[in-house]
Amino acid sequence: MGTTFEKDTMGDVAVADVGSPFQANEPEVTRKVAIICSKSTLDMAYPGLIMANAARMMGMDAMIFFTFWGLDIVTRKKVDHLHAGMLGNPSSPMPHSVMGLPGMEALATKMMKKKIEGLDIPDIPELLETLADAGAELYSCQLAMEMFDLDQDDLVPQVKESLTAMDFWEKAEGAQVVFI
Amino acid sequence: MSTATIAGVAVELDAEGFMTDANQWTREIAEEIARQNGIAELTELHWQVIDFCRKDNVENGTPPTVRRITKGTGVSTKDMYALFPKGPGILSSKIAGLTKPKGCI
Repeated sequence: MGTTFEKDTMGDVAVADVGSPFQANEPEVTRKVAIICSKSTLDMAYPGLIMANAARMMGMDAMIFFTFWGLDIVTRKKVDHLHAGMLGNPSSPMPHSVMGLPGMEALATKMMKKKIEGLDIPDIPELLETLADAGAELYSCQLAMEMFDLDQDDLVPQVKESLTAMDFWEKAEGAQVVFI
Repeated sequence: MSTATIAGVAVELDAEGFMTDANQWTREIAEEIARQNGIAELTELHWQVIDFCRKDNVENGTPPTVRRITKGTGVSTKDMYALFPKGPGILSSKIAGLTKPKGCI
């Protein structure tokens, strides 16, 4: 049995004008997003990863390009030790003179991680696994890899390959680009 | 909001095609919505996900996110994308006759 539409109960906008509510009649154009992660503090890492995952959850294509300090997010030795970035952050709950004291950043990081866990948000390593399983494409920046003396083996296995800037633009064709 | 007849039942839909009243849902409606979203046949694994979504929606008052579904059913993230290629975050709820999930994960 098919779907038939009756009058729009809200008024004079005909249902036919908005097409099938199930998008059955829309042309098959897949939206795509390319996110560039250039920072690795928790407050900069989570937004990019969560936005990419959300894109995949609604059927969009998603790719992430890790460059500069963003490489820490996918570096094996660093991924478990990302910090909350409180210095140089005007939203920091404490004055910089206090935040700069030894141990304060670790404390802020601990508090942020606890809050994140309480909201049932996965930690960064799990989120990277989820992204790869969800079909998001993860790439590292070739130039930044060379700058930091990193090999592909130094990165988590979810990263597909290293790309040059021009490779990135090839892959990102048609995508909405987000720089974080 | 609009009214549509799906699989012979008159149902209320929001602007994005999500059913606004979960009580109007039938299994035949699920099959029809699935077909319209490129899923030719609902398998046992699909039903496991759909049944969990409906149960969780009753218990928590909101449809589950993909992560919650994987944790609650044991269906892997990879399988979720194989079952609902056009977006498991949206289609699981839509086919289960629920509103759009509010979670981000």
